[in-house]
This record gives sequence, structure tokens and C-alpha cells, in this order.
Amino acid sequence: MSYQQTVAGVVYRFADLKVLMARASPLRSGDCLAGIAAQTATEHMAARLCLADIPLQAFLNELLIPYEDDEISRLIVDSHDKDAFAPVSHLTVGDFRNWLLLDSTGPAELAAISTGVTPEMAAAVCKLMRNQDLVLVARKCRVNSAFRSTVGLPGRLSSRLQPNHPTDDVKGIAAAILDGLLYGCGDAVIGINPASDSIPQLRELYYLLDEVISHYHIPTQSCVLTHVTNQIQLMEKGAPVDLVFQSIAGTQAANKSFGVDLTLLSEAQSAALSLKRGTLGDNVMYFETGQGSALSANAHHGIDQQTCEARAYAVARQFSPLLINSVVGFIGPEYLYDGKQITRAGLEDHFCGKLLGLPMGVDICYTNHAEADQNDLDNLMILLANAGLTFLMGVPGGDDVMLNYQSTSFHDILVLRQLCALAPAPEFEQWLIKMAIMDANGCICPVAEAHPLIQGLPRLLQPIN
Amino acid sequence: MLNVHTPARVALGRVGSSLSTRRIQELELAHGMARDAVHLALDKQALKQSLQDLGLDVIEVQSQVQDRAEYLMRPDKGRMLNPECRRQLTELKASSVPLLLVIGDGLSSMAIANHAVPLVKAIQSDCPWPLPYLVLAGQARVALADEIAQLLGAQMVAVLIGERPGLSSPDSLGIYFTYQPKTGCTDDARNCISNIRPQGLSYQRAAQKLLWLAAEAMRIGGSGIVLKDQSDQRLHQIDPQVR
Repeated sequence: MSYQQTVAGVVYRFADLKVLMARASPLRSGDCLAGIAAQTATEHMAARLCLADIPLQAFLNELLIPYEDDEISRLIVDSHDKDAFAPVSHLTVGDFRNWLLLDSTGPAELAAISTGVTPEMAAAVCKLMRNQDLVLVARKCRVNSAFRSTVGLPGRLSSRLQPNHPTDDVKGIAAAILDGLLYGCGDAVIGINPASDSIPQLRELYYLLDEVISHYHIPTQSCVLTHVTNQIQLMEKGAPVDLVFQSIAGTQAANKSFGVDLTLLSEAQSAALSLKRGTLGDNVMYFETGQGSALSANAHHGIDQQTCEARAYAVARQFSPLLINSVVGFIGPEYLYDGKQITRAGLEDHFCGKLLGLPMGVDICYTNHAEADQNDLDNLMILLANAGLTFLMGVPGGDDVMLNYQSTSFHDILVLRQLCALAPAPEFEQWLIKMAIMDANGCICPVAEAHPLIQGLPRLLQPIN
Repeated sequence: MLNVHTPARVALGRVGSSLSTRRIQELELAHGMARDAVHLALDKQALKQSLQDLGLDVIEVQSQVQDRAEYLMRPDKGRMLNPECRRQLTELKASSVPLLLVIGDGLSSMAIANHAVPLVKAIQSDCPWPLPYLVLAGQARVALADEIAQLLGAQMVAVLIGERPGLSSPDSLGIYFTYQPKTGCTDDARNCISNIRPQGLSYQRAAQKLLWLAAEAMRIGGSGIVLKDQSDQRLHQIDPQVR
């Protein structure tokens, strides 16, 4: 079905819903690269005016990728909850924005509709929302999940401790883990991006993480961010796997380029659940996403990158993850050109994820070939902390020496806790106090040489196994 | 004390919750240097000469990208051969090789300038197949090598390419390996060996990993997710001292 909008006597035509969505999306380099962005500011506004009048129901009738062609389209249709959709089913996209912003729409109302909202509806309303709207509505969404810690509670901000090392050196990784723990970070997960995908090296990392977490009784979980097939193989070999990680995208073809499909993810989830390693909950999955991944795999079907990203959240929510995050500035300037585009995308992804009921974090970051710097990172982290971000990354000094990009540091997390009066996950908070890393007022304590973590260091820095 | 174990920025101390002026400026300086590295052009003539000194013929090609700004914004053009180069490769009638090496500047020409020659030398010394020539590609993305390898009839391709510059590593080199490369191959068909530089993965170990992957790919008839890097296990079995 085609759409049109008249602005100042000029008729703007949009061939179908996905063209309309693409033209209505705030400007970003990836949509320009794909040749689907609006050509002028007026065309962009014409598309947004037209989109505001589209009924939400239209997204159920007109699929962006046909049901027969894509398993994620099938997932979205087959898992759509009509009862949950009922309270908003009569609204247009523009009215849906108004409804989201009403004072009478609170956490309970938002939770009640979340399974009735499809990724395309979330993406559409997102395109009509200003940055302040994205912060305000996301903050009203409550999503929590648990494994050995509970993430996503109000007034909390969790962190992934990311202790990467360029050659996966076990001592180097252990040193970064201890550094992060001493800054009170790591309650969402201690997650390593390995440089290698060699099975023996990966196994060594799992044993290191298990040793640290069990020796100090840390209420957190571990993850090694390698391909899901490696993790399945390692679970079969008896490795102590807490969370299963996988990068996912919003189309079947993009996921194929990552070497995954829904069946494989389901197999991995079952394997992790069978290990029964969670004590507080059984959210065993950790997903990463990012705008532009479908386009970079030439698998975007002409759909704009923000909408493709939201479709990835349909995949994520099928597997009840403990954590999901958009690695927003990682992909590079050909998809998100500068600090302005990265900021907007980070707010969009967090909003859409939360609206769809996901424990959404953001890897607030930039690469050295993007037009961005530390100040852009500071701005976005402060915005997202106010939006109720579930978790963010903790990288030593903000410089990831393995992945070659800048993300948030342990210090940044302390700054956000101080600025926005936020605390880590409750179980982890108690552990930090017990270990004299943090005092009862939430202040990080000076590190004494006699601290048990420091004292235990020489033993940890011995080769494991 | 922690920082002897890792190049990561650990044990930085703090002023209140924040980093001290000195630590912040160290980070900002590194960022400035990495930004400059992205825009530095590769000295192809010097590199070509050094490769020829290793006894290799060097075939020079260029992607469809005109300059660095376009390279950053148009990755699609960096994955396609310039039509003139495509014609030259078609007409070249070079004898096909089992394993083709392609060197591409990628996002850090400094990585190629510093590490390509010693890495090629390490590969050359252990390679079981003939390496009569290699390809030097300007303004290249990884997938550019698929088309090159297809035109030259290579069974496998390894692209040596400058990785995105990091603050602590403006010159890190990566290898992407693909079995039966052809235009349209996606990432699930590739194996990656990253962080190759003296402070990261050594030339020797990177060469060993590549040749292990290539031999294994020949054996199982595939690469990427079907090919798991178990080279360390293998090395362990051969010589426990290597670890």
C-alpha cells in the first residue's frame, strides 16, 4: 500500500510502509549509505506527518518483510499478544506518542502493553519522539531480570565489567577484573571479549571467571563473548558457563551472516538452563545488537537501520535475556557519523528495548574513525542514566585495548552513581559493603594494601589449571 | 602493581569519582594520535620494494574508493574493485595458487607499514604451498579480497589488513581467512586472527594460526563458523613448550 502527504502544495509519495518509515527516520549516515533516507528536510517532515496518522494496526496488516521470507517476521506475528495490544489498538502512531507521555500511563500500564507492541510499532513511534520523550518514557518502563544478581530495579544502575586483553592473557584479564571490582563494578556481568576463538583458550577464560566469582562469593555472573556454537561446545565439555552470549540482528538474513538462527539460539538457551547455575533467576542469555548490522551484512531488505534494530529485540525477548545491549557507537561513521547521531541512536535503542520489555543496556562508545570524543560519551551516559538505563560497560580507563574503541570507564560509573543517586544491584551492593569496597553511603573506599582482593591477587595471578 | 600484567588502563587512581587531569590528558593525547593514524596514507612504493625483496611479485590494485573521506563513508565501494583493476586481473592470467595473500591498508596504514613485511616473511617460511605473488590493495575493505581471489582463481584467501586504530594500538594488524572466496561471501565464512603486533599476537604465532586454519579448511572443505580454531590444542600436543 502506498502513502502520501501534501506539504505546502507539494505531494510527497511513499511507495510502502518501509519507505515511509525510512524517510521519517532522523538523519543518519547508514540510511544515506543504503539510499533510503529522505532527500530533504521537508520530505523528512512530510514522512513524519504521514506516519503520525498511520494506525498502529497497520503494522500488523502490512509486514515490512513478508511472513514467508523471514523467520523474525514470523516470530513477530506469531508471538503478538492481542489482549495486551487492546488498550492501544485503536491509536495512530501520533496518538500512541501522546498516550506514552500521559501522566496516567505509568509503569503498570507500560508493562501491560509490552507484549502487544511489535518492534515496528516501537520504531515508528520512536521516530516521532524527541530526545526528551525517549528519556521520559523509558524511565517509566520497569524491566528486571536475575541470575545471581537482580538487574533493572528502580534507582539502580548496573555495570558489565569488561576486562579484555589483546592476547587473552589470563593474568592481564585477572588484573583488570580486580581493578573493576575495587571500583565497585561488575554487577550485571563480568564479560570478556576474547581475541581468540580457540576452544582451549576460551575454556581457560571460563575457569578464571568461575574461580574469581566463586572464591570471593561475588553475586554476579560470567560470560565469554564468543560465537554461540563455541559456547555450546564448551558446555558439552563441562565448562562453567553462566550466561550465553550472541550478537543478533533484526532480519533472518543478517542473523545468518552471524551464523545463527532462532533454532540455534534456542538450543544454546536450553543447554545453559540445564546447568542450573543461577541462584536468583534463570535469565541465562546475553545479547548484543547495534544499528547498521543488517545493512553491513547486506540483509536490510530496504528497511531503515533503527527499525531493523528494533526487530532484533523481538529475537531477544523470545529468550528472556538477563541483559541486552546496543553497542551503539561501535560500528563506525558509515552508519552513525558523529556524536549527534550516536546520541540519538543510543536513546532510540534504549527506549525501544524498554518499551518491548527488555533489560536494556547501552555500550555508550565511539571509535577513532567517528566524529566523536569523550564529551559525546559523557553527554549520552548522563542522558541514559536519567532514562533508567539498566547497565553500561566498565572498561579500565574507558580504553578497550582488545576491541580498539572507547567506552565508559569504572570512573564514569562512579560519576553517574554520584550525579543521579544510583546504586548497583542490591545483592552486589551488599557484597561491596561486606568487602569494604564501598561504604554504607555508597562511597567507594580507598584501597588498602591489606584488602582481601589485593591479598588474594598473587594466587589469582597464578596460572589457572 | 596491577598494571604490570596488562596494557589496559588499570590502577589509575581517582580524584573524587573522576580521573585526574594527568590521566585524562594521557587519554586525550592517545585519541588525537589515533585520529591522525586513521587519515595517514600508505606508502605503497616502499612496501612494494620490501615485498619484492622477499622474492614476491606484487600485484597492485585499488578499490572504487577515491579518498579517505569516501573510504570512511562508503564501505560498499571499499569492497569493490575499480573496473580498470578488475580488467587487469582478468587479463593477467596469473597461475592460480591454493592460498592467496592480499594486503590492504584498511583503517590503519601504519599497521601495514610496520607489520606486513615481517608477517609475510613468517608465513612464507612455513607455508606448504607456493607463494609466487601477492596482491597489494589500496583503500581496501576485507571483502575486496573475495573478488580479487575469485578473479585469480585462488582456493583460499588471507587478507592482511589494518584494524581500526585503538588508543593503545594505532598499528594493530588483522588477518581474515576465507575458503573458496567469491563475491558475496559474508562474515560467517571467515576466520579472524586479530591484534597482530609485537605487543599483541606475534608474527610467528599469527603465521602458525593462519597456516593451521588453511590446512584444516582444506581438510574439511570450509571456513568460518564450521572451522574452529584449535591450533593451540594442536600446538600443545606437538610441543608443550610453545604455550
